[in-house]
Amino acid sequence: MTTAQTTSAAARPAVSRPLPHVLSGSRSPSWWAMLLVILNESIIFAALLTSYFYVRLNLPAWPPDGMKRPELVIPLINTALLVSSSFVMQWAQGGIRRGRQGRLRLGMIIALLLAGSFLALQIYEYGRSEFSPQTNVYGSLFFTITGIHGLHVLVMILISSVVLVRALLGHFTAERHLAVENAVLYWHFVDVVWLFILASVYLSPYV
Amino acid sequence: MATIAVGEKRLSDAWEARSGLISLLGTVDHKLIGIRYIQTAFLFFVLAGLEALFMRTQLAVPENTLLGPETYNQFFTMHGTTMIFFFATPMLFGFGNYLIPLMVGARDMAFPRLNALSYWVFLFSGLFMYSSLLFGAAPDGGWFAYTPLTGAEYSPGLNLDFWALGLIFLSIATTAGAVNFIVTILKMRAPGMAINRLPLFCWAILVTSFAVLFAIPPLTVANVFLMLQRVFGFHFFQTQAGGTPLLWQHLFWFFGHPDVYIIFLPAVGIVSEVVASFSRRPILGYTLLAVATIATGVIGFGVWVHHMFAVGISPLVLSIFSISSIVIGIPSGIQVFAWLGTMLNGRPVFKTPLLFISGFIILFVLGGLSGVMFPAVPFDQQVTDSYFIVAHFHYVLVGGAVFPIFAGFYYWFPKMSGRLLDEHLGQWNFWLMFIGFNLTFFPMHIAGLMGMPRRVYTYEAGLGWGGLNLLETIGAFTLAAGILFFIANVFYSLGSGEEAGDNPWNASSLEWATSSPPPPYNFRALPVVHGRNPLWELPAADTPGSSLFMENDPTDPYQRETLASTVLSGQPDGILHIPASTLIPLYLGLALTAVFVGILLRQWWLAGVGVLLVFGLIVAWLWPPESEPAWHEGETAVIEERPA
Repeated sequence: MTTAQTTSAAARPAVSRPLPHVLSGSRSPSWWAMLLVILNESIIFAALLTSYFYVRLNLPAWPPDGMKRPELVIPLINTALLVSSSFVMQWAQGGIRRGRQGRLRLGMIIALLLAGSFLALQIYEYGRSEFSPQTNVYGSLFFTITGIHGLHVLVMILISSVVLVRALLGHFTAERHLAVENAVLYWHFVDVVWLFILASVYLSPYV
Repeated sequence: MATIAVGEKRLSDAWEARSGLISLLGTVDHKLIGIRYIQTAFLFFVLAGLEALFMRTQLAVPENTLLGPETYNQFFTMHGTTMIFFFATPMLFGFGNYLIPLMVGARDMAFPRLNALSYWVFLFSGLFMYSSLLFGAAPDGGWFAYTPLTGAEYSPGLNLDFWALGLIFLSIATTAGAVNFIVTILKMRAPGMAINRLPLFCWAILVTSFAVLFAIPPLTVANVFLMLQRVFGFHFFQTQAGGTPLLWQHLFWFFGHPDVYIIFLPAVGIVSEVVASFSRRPILGYTLLAVATIATGVIGFGVWVHHMFAVGISPLVLSIFSISSIVIGIPSGIQVFAWLGTMLNGRPVFKTPLLFISGFIILFVLGGLSGVMFPAVPFDQQVTDSYFIVAHFHYVLVGGAVFPIFAGFYYWFPKMSGRLLDEHLGQWNFWLMFIGFNLTFFPMHIAGLMGMPRRVYTYEAGLGWGGLNLLETIGAFTLAAGILFFIANVFYSLGSGEEAGDNPWNASSLEWATSSPPPPYNFRALPVVHGRNPLWELPAADTPGSSLFMENDPTDPYQRETLASTVLSGQPDGILHIPASTLIPLYLGLALTAVFVGILLRQWWLAGVGVLLVFGLIVAWLWPPESEPAWHEGETAVIEERPA
């Protein structure tokens, strides 16, 4: 860089403006990354559910081979657990936005307990099942789709547990809690996917 | 002047890689990772090319016995799988890795450690897939692995397990890479680079990355189904248990056809950059080219059934996909005319990069001409699984992607190495490749129309295919000789090539605004952009690369920071910290390898240990560092912009 260029540029006026170090929500790159992960995972479930209906359309009866329709009691309880857990997570996030550590911690603990109960009930449901994934294509699809969703619930629990530990250590403030925001975003995604699974795998055989 | 020197010293101290093993294995520099991506992908290109040479030698004369049928099956499967998954996409991602941060004027990718992980996973999944050769159990079900052939009943060995698990493993790298590209392009552009000033190569990578996010999941789901069926006896594709093999075909081709565009679109981005630089004028129809890129990406998801015209699907469905397959030719036509128009209106300089682009246009139009024949269902049904298809897709994939990739080598090698590739050797490289390519693949059209099916390991002497096949084999070796010239050129030019300087082609985009090779921090002061061709739009008195910079470094008080920008207008929006080198991505890649090896060998304890390690490493990765950077005290930074 020569002196002449330095002076010619320095002669022009400079515009100054302040910029933040901490970006939250849609201004933050990690929020975008989480959104894209959710988009990508939505396609996984779209592919799973499309496979379900594609196979179903090729068969004369659904469930095939005289199998019973799915029982609804456990999945409906599970729906209530997951949907309420989403509201609790949202409430917890609202807490840290106002700088209330206690509300964040309490909300996340309750939500994690609700999600844990969901998994426990799902395992109980699997144990009671009269068919297995090896029975036929219906069994394979049922267990694969609900199982992959169950894995997502497990991942969601793991993510939020780590965030809870950080909350207990006091890592978050009203301005700085991106990890909470992303965990809540993922939580809502897993819950909304469950509603699609409930409608397709459990309710649609009754239509 | 003194302050500039001080600032530069501070930047160097913060960015220069520490010497030793950690900097070698733990680097998060997008330029090093990009070059590694390119080198590794080139290695896979050579491997897949050698497989092709073996196949061509086997087919040179009728009833040859060089390769047996089992080996031949493994070779054509590995050739296709490697070229599609381990060469084309990673090679173009390598270019993206190297170029995207430079082109948008950032100091690194949005998630540098994730970027390092992408590379390791790509490398390890490739080694995973190729380790099958050591056990004589390379995948042998063809690159689209149709069921029921690939079920456990008909493919009992580990061959298809290597294939399905290898691709699930690789999808982690591709997906993470796509997320990284999208966020970098949307959120980290230089001040003033509104979305309508984004370089066309970045547009291509942006659309490709979205296509990856939509296309890879169905492939992963298909492979998970296949593995569950093979290992645990689930039923998805078996008709006797209510499934259907067509499910595999739909899932695979819903991925497979968009994947053609995932390979083709970044190549198209390279073409737009090279055409503008060597025609010495801005690209014609920038907006149309960007829109055509998006349109190709979108319509590409609506044509997959044309791979299945011969399997027995209702005529209504066939008509719909026939129409969409014709429609997708339109954006490609727009692109070809925009490039030709740019060259006609400019003063094209036919150096090696533009030679490869000219070769690309000829080959791509030829491949496109056979491409628009396939939407005609009756014609497609006649040539399905014949050498006519083999000819077509090599014209669009080798012509459409490999030739632009070689143009990219010649175009950006000076930026990456500081030296120009030799022009004389480059001409040899091009002409041998161009002639060899046409000798290899043009006769395949004729052989296909004469009835030669694809994927046969030999043929009888009386069928009259011998002459054409011999010609194709001669062509294949000519093509390989051209590639040898390229390899020789790289080694020769690294040692004694002409010094490149910052901007040897007098090109317009920001990667040429810094030194060759660029410093680890890319730009001393981050560039400010005032138009689509930043380096061509400067006042005549100013040399490129100086007045473009803000004299007062916006990140001056900071060391490892870059700017975040708003998504559409490209205005500065915040300061982002860039993490330092770390070994965690490497460890995570190794832990993932343990998971997949465990599943492959049914050693569930190994997979379990791997999963636990993955979890622990991710927590360690995301845990905030002990010492927060000094700037995190609530104060704001100040950006100073000087109008050019």
